[in-house]
Amino acid sequence: MGKYCASLGVLKGPWDQVFAAFWQRYPNPYSKHVLTEDIVHREVTADHKLLSRRLLTKTNRMPRWAERFFPANVAHSVYILEDSIVDPKNRTMTTFTWNINHARLMVVEERCVYRVNPENSNWTEVKREAWVSSSLFGVSRAVQEFGLARFKSNVTKSTKGFEYVLAKMQGEAPSKTLVETAKEATEKAKETALAATEKAKDLASKAATKKKQYV
Amino acid sequence: MNSVGEACTELKREYDQCFNRWFAEKFLKGESGGDPCGQLFKRYQLCVQKAIKEKDIPIEGLEFMGASKAKTENSS
Repeated sequence: MGKYCASLGVLKGPWDQVFAAFWQRYPNPYSKHVLTEDIVHREVTADHKLLSRRLLTKTNRMPRWAERFFPANVAHSVYILEDSIVDPKNRTMTTFTWNINHARLMVVEERCVYRVNPENSNWTEVKREAWVSSSLFGVSRAVQEFGLARFKSNVTKSTKGFEYVLAKMQGEAPSKTLVETAKEATEKAKETALAATEKAKDLASKAATKKKQYV
Repeated sequence: MNSVGEACTELKREYDQCFNRWFAEKFLKGESGGDPCGQLFKRYQLCVQKAIKEKDIPIEGLEFMGASKAKTENSS
């Protein structure tokens, strides 16, 4: 699952000024949460594109309820990588940004494409897409699956137990059949619970290593 | 802006200054002349990569532009 959002915006400056400003963004009055900035990789390709990787550290601001739920995450800043391709020939820039820690709690990925605004060549259009996902979603599904499977196996035991006691009341000696049925029910219940645990494990590990589908 | 390695901030500033000039005056104009900031970049990288290792920041082995989401009409 996960959340997706997209937007189209405009920066009121020509493409080359915008691309230059991109490298001089920090610090600014709106970036108090950005603690450090470093280029950790940079190269110019044969076809004159600039590839860069920027490492940012940002403060990890969470609402109080989240701090209570995830106390281990409170103390650590967030490390974020921003990969970018600047293509001056086509006057475009593409960036991809995501967090590389706190990932088990939540991953936010953002992809931006900057290009000359088709309506006004003195402006730059920014298409922004973001994906927010959490492997906690997979855990809650696994808990639900397990809960349902265990409940069903308990229903079987409950019914068989009831039938057994009823038969006794009606004077029938608990026949071999009934006792065997009770044994079968316990075996079947064990199998169902085991299958549910396997399925739950599978769901939880799928959620942890889930590859996102590109739409 | 500070570097993640406190000792590297000055080296970072020197490199950034050189890069910003080259980027606007040469790179964006299509001039593929040599990058004059190579030395400054090397010195800065030596410092910052060491700081990254010391702080255990997990930047190794991560595919450029992530996996599937980066595929665009622009990618070569």
